[in-house]
Amino acid sequence: MRIRFTVNGKLRSYSGSGMKRLLDVLREDLSLPGTKEGCGEGECGACTVLLDGQAVVSCLVPVAQVAGRRVKTVESLGRPDRLGPLQEAFLAEGAAQCGICTPGMLMTASAYVQRGGRADDGAIRRELAGNLCRCTGYQHIVSAVQKAARRGTARRTRRRA
Amino acid sequence: MRGDAEAASILRPRTPAEAVRLFEKHRNALPIAGGTDLMVAWNAGGLAGRTFLDVSLLRAWARIRQARGVLAIGSLATHTDLLRHPLVRRRFPLLAEACATVGGVQIQNRGTIGGNVANASPAGDTFPPLAVYEASVVVVSAGGRREIPFLEFFTGPKRTCMASGELVEAVLIPLPARPPKRTVFRKVGTRAAQAISKTVAAGLLWLRRDGTVEELRFALGSMAPTVRRLRSAEACVKGRRLTPDVVREAVALVAKDVSPIDDVRSTAEYRLAVSRNLLFRFLSEPR
Repeated sequence: MRIRFTVNGKLRSYSGSGMKRLLDVLREDLSLPGTKEGCGEGECGACTVLLDGQAVVSCLVPVAQVAGRRVKTVESLGRPDRLGPLQEAFLAEGAAQCGICTPGMLMTASAYVQRGGRADDGAIRRELAGNLCRCTGYQHIVSAVQKAARRGTARRTRRRA
Repeated sequence: MRGDAEAASILRPRTPAEAVRLFEKHRNALPIAGGTDLMVAWNAGGLAGRTFLDVSLLRAWARIRQARGVLAIGSLATHTDLLRHPLVRRRFPLLAEACATVGGVQIQNRGTIGGNVANASPAGDTFPPLAVYEASVVVVSAGGRREIPFLEFFTGPKRTCMASGELVEAVLIPLPARPPKRTVFRKVGTRAAQAISKTVAAGLLWLRRDGTVEELRFALGSMAPTVRRLRSAEACVKGRRLTPDVVREAVALVAKDVSPIDDVRSTAEYRLAVSRNLLFRFLSEPR
């Protein structure tokens, strides 16, 4: 089965079984190892990517279902020499420790910030409830997302002005 | 570990007609939509060698619309679609609340109402709301279409009355003539996200002007092989005022309609105690 889809703005193509997990196609076939595998059963959120702008766990997506759609991975958020605002906020707040949950946290948070999510503690915690972190506790992560959400709001306000 | 992807095949029909035709031909195919449950089994290697029937391209089945006093929810509507839908939020708030407690956002974005219903988990969080709203399930096959009352749809844990070759097309909910006086949805689990319920409850209560009960509907999930309405308690309060004695009498009847078990998530005793408390609190709520 030949499948074409957009990954981080570029048209990519994959040939193979349509039942291969999107997670494995990204890591093995498209050389994008930023997306991590945690539990492999949809409980931990480590492998979260955006599918047409929505957060999904890539371990539960057969690649056939992404044909013609847009996928965004953590690699889309910035580069080591030019981090995105969400990555900067995570760094500034010390929101990462071992790092396995971080790409998933960033992607779930990016969908939230993208759609104009507020810097509200409770709303952010609800949004991130499907992402587990076993190192830092969640406070630093929530603070980082709040920071990015405030920046997002400020940017939108400036654009409107 | 996981199913051998190379040996698997996945059929991708583009129209409902093509989907039922393919299913007629490939009777052993496993329908897949959001894959939030099926892919877990696939990843664990449990479905090796199977053919999958991917229904996710059937756009006609993704709509939510109101028609002739009924809310018609296409089987591909996701939990996110439902919890954001203005009509669902306004008229069927218990369903919106249930959808917000299923998994985390990643699961809500992918999991569909049709998959949820067809999967028939005894712990399905949307089932108590659908049971009290007296929904029905529409299934289609190459042979035609039939509508099944919600409580008759489930025949056991992970079992439904669907015949081979049938697919869930929609869930229908009649719009209530007037809004209930009181509503409740409550999921009891170990973690806010992802947790599978120990018990899950939904209730609707209509009161007459004189304070007597016009109708009570109360349903519990995770308390029996399938979702259950508390028919005995419902009948007990009908036409009566909710005095402390009447409430106690109704609460004592909870066990008549459920059969909770001990399992990894909880004990039968705990489940029953919590369920009784949920009904007690709902009926005792000050007006």
